[in-house]
This record gives sequence, structure tokens and C-alpha cells, in this order.
Amino acid sequence: MYSEKVMDHFNNPRNVGEIENPSGVGTVGNAKCGDIMRIYLDIDGDGVIRDVKFKTFGCGAAVATSSMATELVKGKNVQQALEVTNKAVMDALDGLPAVKVHCSLLAEEAIHAALWDYAEKNNITIEGLEKPVDDIEEKIEEEY
Amino acid sequence: MIYLDNAATTKVSEDVFAAMKPYFCEQYANPSAIYTFAGKSMKAVEEARKSAAELIGAQSNEIYFTAGGSESDNWAVKAAAEANKTKGKHIITSAIEHHAVLHTCQYLEKQGYEVTYVNVDEFGMVKLDELAAAVREDTVLITIMAANNEIGTIQPLKEIGEIAKKNGILFHTDAVQAYGHIPLNVDELGIDMLSASGHKLYGPKGIGFLYIRKGVRIGAYVHGGAQERSRRAGTLNTPAIVGMGAAARFAAANLEERMKKETELRDYLIKKVIREIPYSRLNGHPEERLPGNANFCFRFIEGESLLILLDQKGICASSGSACTSGSLDPSHVLLAIGLPHEIAHGSLRLTLSGETTKEDIDFTVEELKKIVERLRSMSPLYEDFCKNQEVSG
Repeated sequence: MYSEKVMDHFNNPRNVGEIENPSGVGTVGNAKCGDIMRIYLDIDGDGVIRDVKFKTFGCGAAVATSSMATELVKGKNVQQALEVTNKAVMDALDGLPAVKVHCSLLAEEAIHAALWDYAEKNNITIEGLEKPVDDIEEKIEEEY
Repeated sequence: MIYLDNAATTKVSEDVFAAMKPYFCEQYANPSAIYTFAGKSMKAVEEARKSAAELIGAQSNEIYFTAGGSESDNWAVKAAAEANKTKGKHIITSAIEHHAVLHTCQYLEKQGYEVTYVNVDEFGMVKLDELAAAVREDTVLITIMAANNEIGTIQPLKEIGEIAKKNGILFHTDAVQAYGHIPLNVDELGIDMLSASGHKLYGPKGIGFLYIRKGVRIGAYVHGGAQERSRRAGTLNTPAIVGMGAAARFAAANLEERMKKETELRDYLIKKVIREIPYSRLNGHPEERLPGNANFCFRFIEGESLLILLDQKGICASSGSACTSGSLDPSHVLLAIGLPHEIAHGSLRLTLSGETTKEDIDFTVEELKKIVERLRSMSPLYEDFCKNQEVSG
């Protein structure tokens, strides 16, 4: 059901991990629906994304869209990164099954959430960036 | 390949296939025809009916062949409701039934029936006190599965049968997962109707039956012919019926031995997984479960990712995660036993067959360990969990 590119990014996800003291970090999605994405950005003084890492809890498409999204924003400046839409992520993956389109939206939102965090930390305004909706529901409960 | 999805379907056994073969190209007659050529086909159908009946202690003329478990469930629930609507329009079922029963009940709700969905305990066992309390004057049917398809929990059928009998209510059980895997006797358990399917016990797909106790009055399901005592019209599917009969006969012959072997292997698998994979849990009852069923949750990871990676190692399994169900909600069964959504998303069902070996299990658990670890290493939930541990630890 997945394209070869999706399977490639699922099997060999690019940029998995964390960044210590990131310029911005954003987490979106919720465990209830089964998808959570977290994106870390390392942005230099000129506003260029030097490094990006992600962690994802979710299905094959969720992992692949996170991986592709990180590839698409790496090396870009903040404004260019903002233009990476869910459609761009999907196209780069040669499409997604209809029931998985929401995964690509989540990837776009994760980048926006990380950029918002960067903007807040640096007290700047990024034109066209709206405050992300924080819909991460209750975190995993204690030992069951 | 290691096939651990036998609750989804089983391989047709070579012996079953051999029994079916003559009824495609040689004995192809319509069994209902009058000439001698058809006689052998009809004889084979009746022998199959006898084998299918014997496995549950029923009479041959109480077995009505259908196209499978879903049809049998639909027939039993709809026809029992329809036949008794002057008595009442209330049905009792459980929260963890197969969708063939649940969706049929929901359909009947739209037709003006009322349905009580009895809850289950943390092991997936129907709460008998709740069930007894749900009985009303106008209750016409209790339909509770014999064993759950996801978590394998075997239901207290005898007690449910007693409640039904005491109150003069029809008792139907969906035994699709249990038939041929555990002993079932319709008289001892007080069952009025029972659904079974061929392909869950090494028989072919597209064949099943509904057992209807003699004297239970419910209407025909398919109209248009005198087959199956005019209750289920349609040319008899001779090869499939013969296959179902053969599968029932073979299942009866070695039931105890098979149960013992599968239970041992299942318990070996369960112990190994729980011991070797941290933050894992067994879903379903530790003892009262189908011999071949193991169902786990692995925290911080999601089921579909797990299945894809297992598939790449040649392991076929299934999950109750949202992504495998096509909706945003994980399995209704896992939610009904009280699991939070995020844990229910990380479920894995492994179902064994008579051919599964200890080596298969060892290989599967080794791969599973690596896969779970890999998925956790990229899970933000696991990252948060570890950080919290550091802070509090």
C-alpha cells in the first residue's frame, strides 16, 4: 500500500534523534490518535537550518513523512522552511494512501511548531507563521 | 516465512484439500438433483454435515451451511430478533464481539430494537452480574462470543447459557474462533444457535454454518430454494462443505493433543516476551484463553510500524492499532478491557497453528526485541518517559 519512497524513508529514516539545546523544538499530534511527531531545529545566526532531527510515534507513513520533512527543510532558511507544505512532503514521497494524508499534515505542523518555538525564544516574528495548536493529550500514564 | 496470523485464517490442510478435490472436476453435480450422478455429492454433503455437528454434540439436521461466520452471525441475530419481535425488542451482547455481531446489533438499533452491550473485566471476560442484571421482560436474545478473536479470552458460556435458559431467552454464540480449537457441547452449554467458519480450522474459506437447535423458530436467511431445509437457499457449495466436514473431523480426532501442544507453545511465547521485552504486557486472560492466541501491548510504539518491520523479517502478524483498522480508534476490544488509547495502539497479536515450532517462536521473539527497541529509540513518548525516569529516579 506504500510507495517505494515511503518504505525507504520508513526503513532508513533520515535525521532520527535529538538535538541538545535546540534553537526550536515542536511536538504535535496526540497519542490518542496514534501519531506524535517531535522536530528539533538547530538554526544559525543567519536564520539557516543547520541541522534538524525528529522522533515519531506512529505508523509507517508517520515515520516516513517526518523523515522526508526533515530532509526538505535542512539547509533552508526559516522562510523557505515555512513553505514546505504537507503537499510538498507527500509529493516527495510519491504520494500517500488517502487514509494517511493526515500524517503529512502532522509533519508540516511539527515544523511550524518548532519554528514557532524558535521565534518565541528569540523574540522575533516569522511572517506567515501562526501559533501551533497544542493538542497533545494526556501523556502516557504511569505504570499500568 | 513464519505465519503467526492463524486467527485471521489458516492454511487449508493437505488432507482437507485432498478430500475436497474430487468435488470440483469429477463429482461436480448439483447435489440437489435427482439422478444417480448427484447422489454421491449429496452423500458427501450429508457426511460433512454429520462431522460438523458431532464436533459440538449437535444433530446433523441442526446444521445449516452458510458462506461463513459473518453470514451465520448476521442470520442468527437478525432472524432471532425478527422472529421474536412480538415478545420484545431487547438484545443483550458484549462490548467485545466481532463486528459481524456488533454492526448487526447497531443495524437492529436503527430498526427500533434496543441493545445492551455488557462490559468485560480487565481480562476480557464478560461480567456475568452485569449480564444477569441486563435481562428484561422484553429481552429476546443473548449473543456472546465463545472466545474473542483478538485477545483469545474464552467466555463463561455455561453460566451465560443458564441465565438465558432461566429467563426463556435464546442464546447465540459466535464460535468462529473457538470451533475446533476448544471443546464445545451445545447441550452442556445451553446454546441455541452457534456460528462457525471453515477457514479458521484448516478448512477452506467461504464456508461456515449456523447451528440452530431443533425447535428454535427463526426465519430463513436466503430465499429462493429448498436447500438447507428451505432456510438458506442457494446451490450447495459441495467442495467447500466437504472441506468443512473434513476439517471438523480432523479437528475432533486430535483436539486434546493439539490443545496441549499449542497451549505449551503459547505459554512459552508469552513468558519469553514478557520476560525479555521491557514495558510489555499480555492482553486477555492468562489461562482462560484460546490455545493458539497471544496478544501483547508494547508501550511507546505503534502497531502498524511493528507489523511492517516484522513483515520484513518474514513474520506475519496482526495488530489492533488504529492504522490497521482504517479509523483513528484502536481496537474496541483493547479499549473495552480498559487500556488507554496510546497503549492500545501498540498491540500485537500472534496466533499459532499446529505447524508452529519452538524455533519459529524463538526467531520471532529475537526479531521482535530488536524491532521494539528500534521503534522506541525513535519514539518521543519513550524519550519523555526516560527523561521523567531520570528526574524522578
